Amino acid sequence: MRGRLGAVTSTTIVYAVLLLAVVVGAILTAAHGRNFFSVGNVDNILTTTSILGFIAIGQTLVILGGSLDLSVPFVVSLASVVGGGIMAGDPGNIVPAVAVALLIGAAVGLANGLIVTLLHVHGFIATLGTGLVISGYLASNYKGSHGSAPRDFRLLDATRIGPVPISTLIMIGCAVAAILMLRRTRLGHHLYAVGGNAEVARLSGLRTPVPVVAAHVICSSLAAVAGLLLLARLSVGNPTIGSQGGYDLMSIAAVVLGGTLLAGGKGNIAGTLAGVAIFAVIDNVMGVMQINPFLRDVVRGVVIVVAVAVYARREIDARPPRFGRQLVLDAEPEEVR
Amino acid sequence: METPSPDLAADRAADVAPVLTVRGISKSFVGNLVLRDASLELRPGQVLGLVGENGAGKSTLMKILAGVHQADEGTVEIGGETVSFSHPVQAQQAGLSTVFQEFNLLPERSIAENIWLGREPRRRGFVDTGAMVRDTDELLTGLGITGLRATRRVRSLSVAEQQVVEIAKAVSFDARIIQMDEPTAALADHEVELLYTIIRRLTARGVAIIYVSHRLKEVFDLCDTITVLKDGVQVATTPAAELDEAGLVRLMVGRSMSAFFPDPLEGTTPGDVRLELRGAGNGYVDGVDLAVRGGEIVGLAGLQGSGRTELLEAVFGVTPLTRGELAIDGAVVAVRTPKQAIRRGLALVTEDRKTTGLALHQSILDNSLAVVRAVFPSRTGEARAGVPASLSTLAVSARSLSQEAQFLSGGNQQKVVLARWLAARPGVVLMDEPTRGIDVGAKHAIYEVMRSLAAEGVAVLMVSSELPEVIGMADRIVVMRDGRVAGELPAGSSEEDVLTMATGASTGTQVAS
Repeated sequence: MRGRLGAVTSTTIVYAVLLLAVVVGAILTAAHGRNFFSVGNVDNILTTTSILGFIAIGQTLVILGGSLDLSVPFVVSLASVVGGGIMAGDPGNIVPAVAVALLIGAAVGLANGLIVTLLHVHGFIATLGTGLVISGYLASNYKGSHGSAPRDFRLLDATRIGPVPISTLIMIGCAVAAILMLRRTRLGHHLYAVGGNAEVARLSGLRTPVPVVAAHVICSSLAAVAGLLLLARLSVGNPTIGSQGGYDLMSIAAVVLGGTLLAGGKGNIAGTLAGVAIFAVIDNVMGVMQINPFLRDVVRGVVIVVAVAVYARREIDARPPRFGRQLVLDAEPEEVR
Repeated sequence: METPSPDLAADRAADVAPVLTVRGISKSFVGNLVLRDASLELRPGQVLGLVGENGAGKSTLMKILAGVHQADEGTVEIGGETVSFSHPVQAQQAGLSTVFQEFNLLPERSIAENIWLGREPRRRGFVDTGAMVRDTDELLTGLGITGLRATRRVRSLSVAEQQVVEIAKAVSFDARIIQMDEPTAALADHEVELLYTIIRRLTARGVAIIYVSHRLKEVFDLCDTITVLKDGVQVATTPAAELDEAGLVRLMVGRSMSAFFPDPLEGTTPGDVRLELRGAGNGYVDGVDLAVRGGEIVGLAGLQGSGRTELLEAVFGVTPLTRGELAIDGAVVAVRTPKQAIRRGLALVTEDRKTTGLALHQSILDNSLAVVRAVFPSRTGEARAGVPASLSTLAVSARSLSQEAQFLSGGNQQKVVLARWLAARPGVVLMDEPTRGIDVGAKHAIYEVMRSLAAEGVAVLMVSSELPEVIGMADRIVVMRDGRVAGELPAGSSEEDVLTMATGASTGTQVAS
């Protein structure tokens, strides 16, 4: 019971914090004479959420597997300029452009995953390296914005179903797929196992590299999706759009804020989405209040640190008390004939 | 505490073909022969006790059978077929499962997810979580376990419950042979009974067990046959009925039982009270009155969860006392942190040397000096000079002072933990399971350290789950129950006296299910 309750509570806390952020945000926004729940404002929050959301879903998988991905912002940029370049304003090129961008994302993820699992380089360093490589490639080959997205592709960002941007719906679809993967496929179960304790996983006969490589491939592919979405929004590819967004650290922060253990093996996508939404709400409210951008970073920083401190405290409390504990086992001797 | 009917076991042994036959297994690591020409035969439903000091080759033999190591020579047959494993999973698939001493469980996953890891039942490509839970319930029920829900997270389980999950996992491979390495090392006595019950259920089903333990009483309680290894050589394989504890110890170490617990050194006399608790309590213990004199070894007995470790932690400032008084050398003091405790002359040898006793990646020297450096930095030079002598008194066998602690055997690690505390020259030494999971020789060395501390006028308070150890070493035995002191027993009390007091039972037999 304790375990189940603990698992529920972890995500519940994040959602409670999200609710709190929305309530406080609504009050603060109202105090500035604006409506937090206006269509425009909700739309703003949801669009912010969807881009970081894609990346954070992937980051969750990578972190659950005990790795880390710092190369995401560069994959975002790369996907945006490559996609933009291939499209070159022609609607007929949308499909090949998307395909190539996603393939590039998957290839970077494969490289990350193989470096981590086969060369035994920690994800932090491995993806720092691949990130630098891509960043260097981008800087030397693309000066300023590149290519252009045709109108049909820009609809990806502009279309709404009711108040909800279609990009948010796609992101939620990816989240549901990722949740299903984690809970109901062997790959997902094995990802938790490898992240929790690779040696236990190995002794249980798992091929431990498989889930980690898969997580990296999915993560980089989702980063490419985010890059394409930014291309649709800005209508041109931009070689620094990813690093401007700070998606590497922001996605890690959202994952941790969502209750996932940075060391791996514990956590879930639902928490991450709430973490992303909390950041989006805070950013939105501070934007409405016209708070100076440096102070915004201070607030974000405090939120991250406080969240992790709270989880650490919970982790301590979650230890079963020794004293007064009843043994719940009750083995009955078998009938002796 | 009934043993399985010996006649029945003998009958089984006579008619049935062996399920496991090991012939002439040898193994060496980097030129060191660690196992020479070991041969075993195990029939369905039999329990084979594998005993020997650490380094005698038990673990090597187990690991070869489990597929972790490969033998240099010799053959292994399971059910008449010659097998050779390069991975533990192959052994499991062949029907040989191993419960290692260190648990191989994922704390953040459920019991079901742990048991079926790598073999999750699927339906239409997706993991069938319902079936996984049902299979787990079935498995646990088959072992006679009720009250453990398959969806519970392993983190929330007690050590005994985790042990049960490990065994259930081993059984889940349809194991015909299960090896258990020190399965009771972390269990209290009443939990050991539970394990006995499970093992008897398994043997009744025809599962053969290889049981490795340092606790000789268990070996006699459970085993039909006992194999003794010494320095990699199989010195005896004998029906358990033909041996007694004293004889077994002689086979293992060539040392007789009476010499096992050393007598107090000459001139050891109880001096002034060095540690005193009056009405002491916190969230885990309550109303504790206790006094330990210099020169005394007081045993702190009780069941797991009775508050023994918690009492030591309270005295040492890990979870400070909130009620009552603590006096050290006659002066009432407030100890809020371990550092304050150490300054007052206290030392705490914790129950888990790997996580709280040592920095495994640091050298023996750094480990030996850790306490002095942290609390008495001005004495570091002096302590540094004393380390080699201290380690040689403790008979630590290591290549050099710079060897990392992780490469030492359990017994040597524990000696380094002691060296570290002795370097701080404590007046009161608190010991929590000081000989858990270490070999007989190292145990003896630690007993001798305790005796010589007492002779120097140090007060020793020792928690132990091994009753013979408490009885053999303690001048007085304080028994805890439910966070309080249940009573005190003089030296020379019987195991039954202690158990009776620890369980609060009117007779000593209530601990059995």
